Amino acid sequence: MSTLYQIFVSPFTEFEFMRRALAGALALALGACPIGVFLMLRRMSLVGDAMAHAILPGAAVGFLLSGLNLFAMTAGGLIAGFVVAVLTGLVARTTELKEDAALATFYLLSLAIGVTIISLKGTNIDLLHVLFGNVLALDDQTLLLIAGNATITLVLLALIYRPLVIECVDPGFMRSVSRAGGPAHLAFLVLVVLNLVSGFHALGTLLAVGMMMLPAAIGRFWARDVTLMMLIATANGLLAGYAGLLVSFHFGIASGPAIILIAGVLYLISLLFGHVGGLVRQLLPGRHLEA
Amino acid sequence: MLTRRALAAAALAAIFAVAPARAQQRLDVIATFSILGDFVKNVGGDRVAVESLVGPNGNAHVYAPSPGDAKKVADAKVVFVNGLGFEGWLERLVKASGTKAPIVVATTGIKPRERAGDHGNDHGRADPHAWQSVANAQIYVANIRDALIAADPAGKDAYHANAAAYLAKLDALEREVRDVVAKIPADRRHVITSHNAFGYFQDAYGISFTAPQGVSTEAEASAKDVAAIISQIKKQKAAAVFLENVTDPRLVQQIARETGAKVGGTLYSDALTDDKGDAPTYIDLIRHNLRQLAAALVS
Repeated sequence: MSTLYQIFVSPFTEFEFMRRALAGALALALGACPIGVFLMLRRMSLVGDAMAHAILPGAAVGFLLSGLNLFAMTAGGLIAGFVVAVLTGLVARTTELKEDAALATFYLLSLAIGVTIISLKGTNIDLLHVLFGNVLALDDQTLLLIAGNATITLVLLALIYRPLVIECVDPGFMRSVSRAGGPAHLAFLVLVVLNLVSGFHALGTLLAVGMMMLPAAIGRFWARDVTLMMLIATANGLLAGYAGLLVSFHFGIASGPAIILIAGVLYLISLLFGHVGGLVRQLLPGRHLEA
Repeated sequence: MLTRRALAAAALAAIFAVAPARAQQRLDVIATFSILGDFVKNVGGDRVAVESLVGPNGNAHVYAPSPGDAKKVADAKVVFVNGLGFEGWLERLVKASGTKAPIVVATTGIKPRERAGDHGNDHGRADPHAWQSVANAQIYVANIRDALIAADPAGKDAYHANAAAYLAKLDALEREVRDVVAKIPADRRHVITSHNAFGYFQDAYGISFTAPQGVSTEAEASAKDVAAIISQIKKQKAAAVFLENVTDPRLVQQIARETGAKVGGTLYSDALTDDKGDAPTYIDLIRHNLRQLAAALVS
């Protein structure tokens, strides 16, 4: 009993930074995993990565203007991300250009502007170190940011849930019955940005985007129903956060990658044994049920 | 043919005509980072124009050279480097620039210290932060003096005089450091800092430093490392935690919060500050670090 306790519980009771890391990772999973499911269903799985680049310059400018200030950097990242998200949405909906192409142009422009501003300031400070947080070093401010952001995400997602799901499944039908599709889509993009920005400051890029997409992909192998998929994704995100921190604690692996690697292992298991389209399931189909 | 030969002759004449004029100009030299640049400036005095590739507050570990840097290196008469693996990006820069300038390793003759840290893969590699001991800084200065004399023999006397004056200042600095450290109670001579760059200082003056990250700022700390550091502080009752001007301070703040160790000011390790900062020269840098250590540890 005591060894089990030492392995699974005492790292968190003994060290405050582990408790903070756990709280941060769990809160991030709660917000990011449902977002990831929608991104995946809308075939926008790589949007997270592109958005990461769009946000980075804003956060960097915030840092240059006011130093290592969570609010300035968050505000800068949010502004850059929102501008790119809104412009992308508008262009995709009003012109021939598809969403992926529109996003590609705007995030590249944003990145170019950011790099230009940084190089004009002429600093050699290692910006990546400053911009990206560390899950092991969450202070009260950052924890509140992640938790608040997860709350906003869940509430807003509940509000736009119906139009969002219908648009995922059948955008043509959605347009024919309601005008809510556009606003819902924009609100959704805003949520993507919000989650990425808070994820960056708290945990770094890898973790922010990985926590969004990997659990979603896992969920896809276990459920056809969107709600169930989101629940499974979130459960896996929570599990990866907890197990990843334990692995980082016991084996000395950097904590961000550890969490994502655990999610990767869960993904492999799902890929093989998942109920919905898992490889083993496809190779060994069950007997046809006959009436 | 005749005209071409005449042109070549004219060009040669022009070069020889310019050469003595150039000798009157200041010798263009490059130092890879600001602390080394400060040493060169003190030895070279008026005869040398020195430029540092990694400027004040920059991080030489992860520096990315620009095409302008390659041009500066190509134009330089001497290139001063720290060596001991400090400038990983240098070799490619030198090759790309095609410079003919001699590359002077300023740490030549310094006994390298093995990198601290319990990571197995760091074993056997030298710790490059040799300037953190004032005695080593004096070896830097001697190397720089000899290299400058080799590049500009006409300035021999000036370089000798400048170096002697600067070495005397460093002697005084060395005594000052030892005096201050002697006043710190022996059981409080243990501090934590975010970047393990003070190994030579530790060996020379007996204040021990522990870092949550390895010797390079590139490595990301794992939960195990952080937990080990926290346990260590609690066990050894380390008196203070210091931040630096180059690494993520949030990790150090978290450790300080959790252990109750005193958070000292900034200790400068790899870079000078600009003129408005606390450490615009090497001597200021060592004095500043010393003041910070004394303030946190003597109480």
